[in-house]
Amino acid sequence: MYPFIARRLLATIPVLVIVAVLVFLLLRITPGDPAAILAGDAASTEQIEGIRKTLGLDQPLPVQFGIWALQMVQGDLGESYYYKVRVTQLIAQRIEATFSLALVTIVVAVLISVPLGVIAAWRFGGWFDRFLMGFSVFGFSVPVFIVGYLLVWLVSLKLGWLPVQGYKRIDAGLWPWIQHLVLPAITLSVIYIALIARVTRASVLEALGEDYIRTARAKGLPESKVLVKHALANAAVPIATVIGIGIALLIGGVVVTESVYAIPGLGRLTVDAVLARDFPTIQGLILFFSLIYVGVNLLVDLSYVVFDPRIRY
Amino acid sequence: MAATDADRYAALSVESADVRPQETAWQRVRRNLSVRIGGVVLVLLLAVAALAPWLGTVDPTMFDAGSRDLPPGAKGEMLTLDGEVIKHRFHFGSDSLGRDIYSRVIYGTRVSLFVGVVAALVSLLLGVFCGLTAGYLRWLDGILMRVMDGIMAIPAILIAIALVAMWRASLVTVIIAIAIPEIPRVARLVRSLVLTIREEPYVEAATSLGTPTWKIMLGHILPNTIAPLVVMGTFIAASAILIEAILSFLGVGLPPDIPTWGNIMAEGRIAFVQFPHNIFIPGIFLTITVLAVNILGDGLRDTLDPKMAKRI
Repeated sequence: MYPFIARRLLATIPVLVIVAVLVFLLLRITPGDPAAILAGDAASTEQIEGIRKTLGLDQPLPVQFGIWALQMVQGDLGESYYYKVRVTQLIAQRIEATFSLALVTIVVAVLISVPLGVIAAWRFGGWFDRFLMGFSVFGFSVPVFIVGYLLVWLVSLKLGWLPVQGYKRIDAGLWPWIQHLVLPAITLSVIYIALIARVTRASVLEALGEDYIRTARAKGLPESKVLVKHALANAAVPIATVIGIGIALLIGGVVVTESVYAIPGLGRLTVDAVLARDFPTIQGLILFFSLIYVGVNLLVDLSYVVFDPRIRY
Repeated sequence: MAATDADRYAALSVESADVRPQETAWQRVRRNLSVRIGGVVLVLLLAVAALAPWLGTVDPTMFDAGSRDLPPGAKGEMLTLDGEVIKHRFHFGSDSLGRDIYSRVIYGTRVSLFVGVVAALVSLLLGVFCGLTAGYLRWLDGILMRVMDGIMAIPAILIAIALVAMWRASLVTVIIAIAIPEIPRVARLVRSLVLTIREEPYVEAATSLGTPTWKIMLGHILPNTIAPLVVMGTFIAASAILIEAILSFLGVGLPPDIPTWGNIMAEGRIAFVQFPHNIFIPGIFLTITVLAVNILGDGLRDTLDPKMAKRI
């Protein structure tokens, strides 16, 4: 198993290098002088010259990439010209809110969508199945911010059950933290539930057609055990895969959701950085999010060994 | 006189009316309920987009200081650029600048549909090019697909936001920024199809006859990828419409003077507590449009490319 983990880790390196090259080129394919863009609209000529020196922008492109990549590998994402602090510090300040939101969303989404998918597959073609498939298409189609504003309007403004916007850190108490996360997490989980439920249904449906299910039923196993221990267990690999792939949707959703609920997290930071044309921060955030995405999918790949003992590497 | 094939099939299908062996793919598509529902809604939306000036709208960019923040259904007046005062009924109310939201929503249909269709076409075109190249020119395969993996490792909205930020938003840059993150999925699909199709006997036959590579690619392989590509293009159009609205909503998309659903909603955020309809009305249009495109895509997938249902 260890050689497999090592090989899988090595395989992510080329992907990360390509991501780094793409993020690096993003600024270089922009019309205009990268030093002037990085310095921002209000910079003096000396400041621009200073940036040109430190980033080696007078050097050939591969050398520039080398300098930049070396900084990134050392965990230095540069300095935000808008906030005037290190980008790593900006990310550290805002990661708690985003991480809380993402974690609650994933937990909520998996706990809801997997049982729904199993039931739909079990009652294939029935009203529940059709309802879930309908919801799933709807979940893919309704924009995240519409769900968000609908919930704010209904639950917070009309019913007054929950606070409208904002975020409370977890050290301010568990209850306020949960109160502020309920609506954003529901908002964000709609598309995720649609995705996971669909894949769960399809893979459980496939498993239910196998011979071992008939055997399990024939030997008199209760239906719940057949569904969970035999059908769901054998459908675990595609479900884990889609949870990993869905992280990309989740990151996109975080950007929108944090904007709707005024949560001071990484998603809000991304939008603010784009509006301020704060390029070091944009670059740093894209790299950071991509690293998380690649990392989660690496973990998902490694989890196959646990879920499916047949897989040997 | 020998009976024609169609007669024989007709005789066979007496017992099982649902089996229609001579049915072409196009007929199967037209019979599909999802295709019909999605298609009808989209035709209606296309009609709205085309007929926008004749649907009781005023210039969607025109604002009237005297008719700000009106509730839906309010009657009022608007001062046109010619200095004329016209009576106008604000079906969906007006925004904080005194622009007619009904007119903006109706004209917004044009932008959304245009962005959806063009972004889908752009990403299909570039994706097909990359996929065919990777599938047929093996020496380019490795590097090209690694680049695609790299693009896929960055969440789509982030790529779109970053590109728009770099280029400053306009219709062209927004469409390209939305299309680029979709290219890898098209390229992967085309590549995998090419790798299967190139092993088919008829490709082997063409190769043995000395047909040049580009002729095999365009004449034998590309036609076989059309059905799955139509399906994928539909789904890309749906997500392109969504992403365009998200970009505008976040304030990084098309310039605010262009009436798009996202821009109307972005404007409506300021006064959301008093006037929630500024967000909900364009939101309903947006949801119905994306839903219609997705339902159409589901129907096309089931009829044109049943294998893809398993692939997803």
